[in-house]
Amino acid sequence: MTKADIVIIGGGITGTMIARALSKYDLRTVLVEKENDIADGATMANSAIVHVGYDPEDGTLKGLLNVRGARLYDTILDEMNCRYLTKGAFIAACGEEEEKHLAVLTERADRRGIPYRILSGDEARKEEPNLSEDVTKVIDFYTTKVIYPWEVALKAAKVAVNNGVQILLGHEVTDIEKMNGKYAVHAGNEIIEASCVINAAGIMADRIASFVEEPWFTMRPRRGEYFVLDKDVHLVDHIIFPVPSEEKGKGVLAVPTVYGNTLIGPNSDYIDDREDNGTSYYGLDYVRKNMAKTLRNVPFNRSIRTFAGIRPASTSSDFIIEESKTSEGFINVASIESPGLASSPAIAEYVTQNFISKHFDLKEKEGYDMTLPKDIVLSDMTEEERNMLIRERPEYGRIVCRCEQISEGEILDALKGPLGATTVKGVKKRCRPGMGRCQGGFCEPLVMEILSRELNRDPLDIELDGKGSYILERSNR
Amino acid sequence: MRHYQAIIIGGGSAGLSAAVTLKDKGIEDILVLEKDREPGGILEQCIHNGFGLQRFKEQLSGPAYAERYIRMAEERNVEIKLNSMVIKLTPDRKVEYVNSEEGDVTVSADCVILAVGCYERSRGAINIYGTRPSGVYTAGQAQKYLNMNGYVVGRKVFILGSGDIGLIMARRMTLEGATVVGVAELMPYSNGLPRNMKQCLEDFNIPLYLSHTVTNIFGKDRLEGIELSEVDDKRNPIKGSEKYFDVDTLLLSVGLIPENHLADEAGIEMDPVTRGPKVDENYMTSIDGIFACGNGLHVHDLVDFVSLQAERAAEGAARYLSEGKSVAGVITLRNGSNVSYTVPKYIHKDAVINTEVFFRASRPMEKASLTVSCGDRLIRKLARRKVMPSEMDRVMIAAKDLKDLDGDIVISMEENA
Repeated sequence: MTKADIVIIGGGITGTMIARALSKYDLRTVLVEKENDIADGATMANSAIVHVGYDPEDGTLKGLLNVRGARLYDTILDEMNCRYLTKGAFIAACGEEEEKHLAVLTERADRRGIPYRILSGDEARKEEPNLSEDVTKVIDFYTTKVIYPWEVALKAAKVAVNNGVQILLGHEVTDIEKMNGKYAVHAGNEIIEASCVINAAGIMADRIASFVEEPWFTMRPRRGEYFVLDKDVHLVDHIIFPVPSEEKGKGVLAVPTVYGNTLIGPNSDYIDDREDNGTSYYGLDYVRKNMAKTLRNVPFNRSIRTFAGIRPASTSSDFIIEESKTSEGFINVASIESPGLASSPAIAEYVTQNFISKHFDLKEKEGYDMTLPKDIVLSDMTEEERNMLIRERPEYGRIVCRCEQISEGEILDALKGPLGATTVKGVKKRCRPGMGRCQGGFCEPLVMEILSRELNRDPLDIELDGKGSYILERSNR
Repeated sequence: MRHYQAIIIGGGSAGLSAAVTLKDKGIEDILVLEKDREPGGILEQCIHNGFGLQRFKEQLSGPAYAERYIRMAEERNVEIKLNSMVIKLTPDRKVEYVNSEEGDVTVSADCVILAVGCYERSRGAINIYGTRPSGVYTAGQAQKYLNMNGYVVGRKVFILGSGDIGLIMARRMTLEGATVVGVAELMPYSNGLPRNMKQCLEDFNIPLYLSHTVTNIFGKDRLEGIELSEVDDKRNPIKGSEKYFDVDTLLLSVGLIPENHLADEAGIEMDPVTRGPKVDENYMTSIDGIFACGNGLHVHDLVDFVSLQAERAAEGAARYLSEGKSVAGVITLRNGSNVSYTVPKYIHKDAVINTEVFFRASRPMEKASLTVSCGDRLIRKLARRKVMPSEMDRVMIAAKDLKDLDGDIVISMEENA
């Protein structure tokens, strides 16, 4: 049995941000994740936006934590050397009815100190030529950021590990026992004893909660489907939103991503199977049709990938962040749907200040470090920098992924360290080979070779992503 | 900065052929940049027979065909830099490449020939719905795992798309002991060469489902099955026609796309149909001194024509080096009825050579008449039999016919009863 102070269940953006926040204190923290890698659920498949906080209503945790979270990101992204874009978010109204709703948003933004500018339809079309003729007025929340959510979660986890947090991947929680005021968390082949458990299990949060009590909430998985367009398609320079509505939420967006692709989506469909992240004809067709309301000339024939993500929504309309009334030290951090990504640093702060501080005397560790060095990204460098690097380390001169120009050196970096990639998808999440237009057609066999060589594993044992996702069946030699 | 007479980007069948021709035309100072560990390109993984019938009048395997050109290039002392990835091409013909020996290098040339090849259309480009497990590969990817790395990717296989690589892989996987349960084609006709239909499917009793497509994919980790649906004449799935196949492997052979990131970035004008650059009769693109050939120009069905067109591009480049570019007006070649594209797209009025135009029909026809016309004037009329979109066609336009033309040339095919 491992002894800890706190067990965090779930390695998505919520769990990793909490782990990061707690890592500066003198606590024994363990994070357990059921998948092979960090950020394999909702954190992997979403719109990648740090919303600034004009949307959630007053008096909600969503409203409070979104505004605060967006501000905390300013520091955190730089501290961890994460990639982001601050291009602004166009909320595009078509006609008088929708323009009225814009006033609700600006009024909220004024109260919350969120900056914006107002453009007429024609002014907006000058900046975004593909904006629909029907758009009559636009509000630009110009401090809105686009991030690479997996990078942020992964780096938050890395900071946590560097400061002493233990992370166990591939450890699914199967039971939680209460004993003498403590909890015994059964995770994979481990039993971890701790006085605090933080349930950040995303779409599984109600099941995890049910190990200690009958939860008052039930997860209601809502799927969102997306297209990813080729980076040679320069469709938009800002995030394009329709006017949000009660029933449809934020609607179908176009998002310029940090690596130059365009993301189009999502729809919003309640589904029965909470693990069914498959795409569907109806979902993608909805996205196609609804995108046309704000944008014209969307070249769906330049799609390089479609995917679906599952929002960890529940019967609660607001985030659920509370300590159980019957089980002391058991803290639910659940229903973290949009704006969960944007709120996550503030959620971590809120959990620390309101709950963890009650159970532990929060003493800062000596020598903790919240920063991470910059990753080496060949395509970001100048010719001269690349030259110097390759002279010293020739592995950066061997380009493996031709679409995204990723070198073997960058892949080797992705395999290093305590949270190094062990799967093809893990490599792709960390340094992006296979993210381009050929979707790994050319580079996947090369990535396999490198994984097999560096991990000293038979290629037959290399997985794409989850347990059992083998790529090769047998050797024919 | 090292300056060359010509730089060829890509050392596959097109690049090698262009290099050999340039040397034969007396252009000595040339460089071939190849990203892979060896020259030959995609031919190296095509170990089946059937290459070279047009070119060498014999049946060769892919590597054997490549070997002939590699030898010709060696005999002519063509400088080939391997493991060298070109990362940038500018309109003033500067080429930046990276390799581990030299680092990041920029070179320039009087002319550049793009021979960059193509890539396979992936699952994301065709929107197959469902989950994203392992076990879904492009046909060429599975071919590489098998022929280059020595691994079979699965046991029970379904193939979507009747493109040639898919057909070849149906046979190859069967011979390796896998069960290929079927091949589906969205169109009402096959997309592969007739000989591959016969030798790869019929001879192995592999069923072909025409007017069908995969509409769903199942399995969380490894592929567990697929759903196949019949499609209507607008290619939309017909409800109620769904069939389920229990397979662990899905190969996609759903088309090839010219790889043209470099050309796009350089600002070269592209043909939305071929997705390659628009070229003139000399295979020159919209940017002076930059030429294109091979599968990066348009996707070929036979490597023999890749070699042939690459020679023409090299001849065009050699002419450009000695005479500069033509200042005469251009005639645009337009796609008439039942023609999906033509290469080249433009011919100069003062063209010194007769221009062989390569084109594809947009649908199969039993008997057709092919016409080349300009306004009311009929330039050529030819008969065709058994026209298939999968087989590239060609027609010659004589230089002497161009002189007094006024307007665009239209290439059309009409079906004869």
